Amino acid sequence: MKVPHQVLEETYKAGMEADEKDRSGTFYHVDQSTIYSKVNELFQGKIELMDTKAALQKYSWLGEYMWKLVDKDKDEFTRKVAEDWSGGYFMQIMPGAEITFPLQSCLLITQKNLEQRVHNIIIAEEGSKAHIITSCVQHSSVPKASHLGVSEIYVKKGATLNFTMIHQWSENTLVRPRSAAEIGDRAAFVSNYVCMRPVRDVQMYPAAFCKGADSTVSFNSILYGHGNSLLDIGSKAVLTGKGSKAEMVSRAIAREGSKMIIRGLIDGGSADCRGHLECRGLLIDDEAFLQSIPELIARKKGVEITHEAAVGKISEKEITYLMTRKMSRDQAVSLIIRGFMDVSILGLPDALNAEIKKIVEASAEAS
Amino acid sequence: MSILKVEDLSVKVEDKLILKGLSFSLKSGESHILFGPNGSGKTTLVGALMGLPQFEITSGKVTFMGIDITVKSVEERAKLGMVMSFQNPPEITGVKLADLLKLCLGKSATDAFSEEEKALIDAFRLTAFLDRDINVGFSGGERKRSEILQLIFLKPKLLLLDEPDSGVDVESLRLIAGEIQRYVERSGSSALIITHKGDILDYVKAKYGCILLDGKFHCFTHPTRIYEEIKKLGYEECVACRIRTTEGWKFEQGK
Repeated sequence: MKVPHQVLEETYKAGMEADEKDRSGTFYHVDQSTIYSKVNELFQGKIELMDTKAALQKYSWLGEYMWKLVDKDKDEFTRKVAEDWSGGYFMQIMPGAEITFPLQSCLLITQKNLEQRVHNIIIAEEGSKAHIITSCVQHSSVPKASHLGVSEIYVKKGATLNFTMIHQWSENTLVRPRSAAEIGDRAAFVSNYVCMRPVRDVQMYPAAFCKGADSTVSFNSILYGHGNSLLDIGSKAVLTGKGSKAEMVSRAIAREGSKMIIRGLIDGGSADCRGHLECRGLLIDDEAFLQSIPELIARKKGVEITHEAAVGKISEKEITYLMTRKMSRDQAVSLIIRGFMDVSILGLPDALNAEIKKIVEASAEAS
Repeated sequence: MSILKVEDLSVKVEDKLILKGLSFSLKSGESHILFGPNGSGKTTLVGALMGLPQFEITSGKVTFMGIDITVKSVEERAKLGMVMSFQNPPEITGVKLADLLKLCLGKSATDAFSEEEKALIDAFRLTAFLDRDINVGFSGGERKRSEILQLIFLKPKLLLLDEPDSGVDVESLRLIAGEIQRYVERSGSSALIITHKGDILDYVKAKYGCILLDGKFHCFTHPTRIYEEIKKLGYEECVACRIRTTEGWKFEQGK
């Protein structure tokens, strides 16, 4: 499988590199629609990508997908988005379509004190297979901002959706994504979350409802907490479909004044469902804080849900071992960190794996 | 000429004194064999020479190639040309053997191995392991082969080898010991090899052997002779034996 590099480059121009340049919101906005039309052109008949507000006008049926999985009254943040929102993206992957592409979506915050409120809808139609990578990047000069994002994801019968989100916020951002997914018969949803740069405060707890028979969900995360980041990252899988399965894998690294709480809940509600939760946390120094909270619920006979969690300080033995190979302590620590943040847990095709690996390693190097 | 000089070295591990005032030298361009029963302090000795933090030097002085390294870091010692193989190397998840080998060679992760390097990796039967996480799921023999190959790639002047022959099959032993000898011979470097077995002496040419027991040296003489005596009499009897020379190897006496 190949990454369409044309799109990749466009998206990089629009976002990933943009935080180094001074770029106005207006210009970005123009760029964003360029990307939408480029994506639609490149994947004609396979995908449709547009602004959610425009999509609601174009498709009357879309209203049924809004606020169906996420409760409007869940908290103050969902209420704010429900009251007043700026847009978001609507993505429909057509029945039977197979696509792989990185999407630089939506979220470049440039104005000062901006509170961004978006609502995204993703529909993976029956039998489709897609790998989507989105990256939220923020201009580093924004002194204080917040991002409130509601995402509702539908993975229909027999579809596979691998959705990877890379967050690169600035140290002053408050982030409150509110996401939920519904997974149909024999459908699979993989939700990957990568957060590498310092951020003020992120709290998220996306939910997946495995309603379909033999539906599966995987939540994977690679989290790097440094500076004074506060990361409270969880995921919830509700297994009600016959034979449904959930898997959660997280790798968390905490250093400096960062505080990280990694939660995971697997709720086994059908007799033959399976689940496994794995959390590994690595503490680099004595200042950081790392907590793992796995929760398992069994409601029916024969539910099989397990977890393994391990948090600990980086191994002195490993550091010393690498130092006997002529490495400095810093080089050894950096090598262990890069290894620990193993992107292969994300289950991506090789080409995308390499792209993500680059981002992860660049962040590890820079710190 | 000695490459390493140890004077009155005492070493503690977790408040327990393991090595008690050891003095010896290693001869430049020669291999030395260190025998000793389990728990006699052999691993402590190589660990302390390498500067591993769990081995606390409480007295004495270590001089490597004329430089006092007693308080130098592991990295500094390695960069001066001292390396060690681990008896139980750690597993490091996510770090590939290929990446570590490249770092040993002073290459970056994006560099390729040369044909010569590839041939050596192949000779060590590690080609299939290049993309594997270091030591994760490696057998005893695979770990030893990986350790020795890393050391050879580091191009050291002194190799401290902690039981390179334990837990390996006959074929791996021939390979490991043969490659150690080839490297030492070609580079003119020195080695200190800990062993329980004499088989390694079939491949490594060494004239200097000694026994470490209860944190002290006993019996400096030819390793084959020591091994024969240990086989016949056991360590306890052996150190109380007929050929006892506790004052160090002969080359030392002229100094």
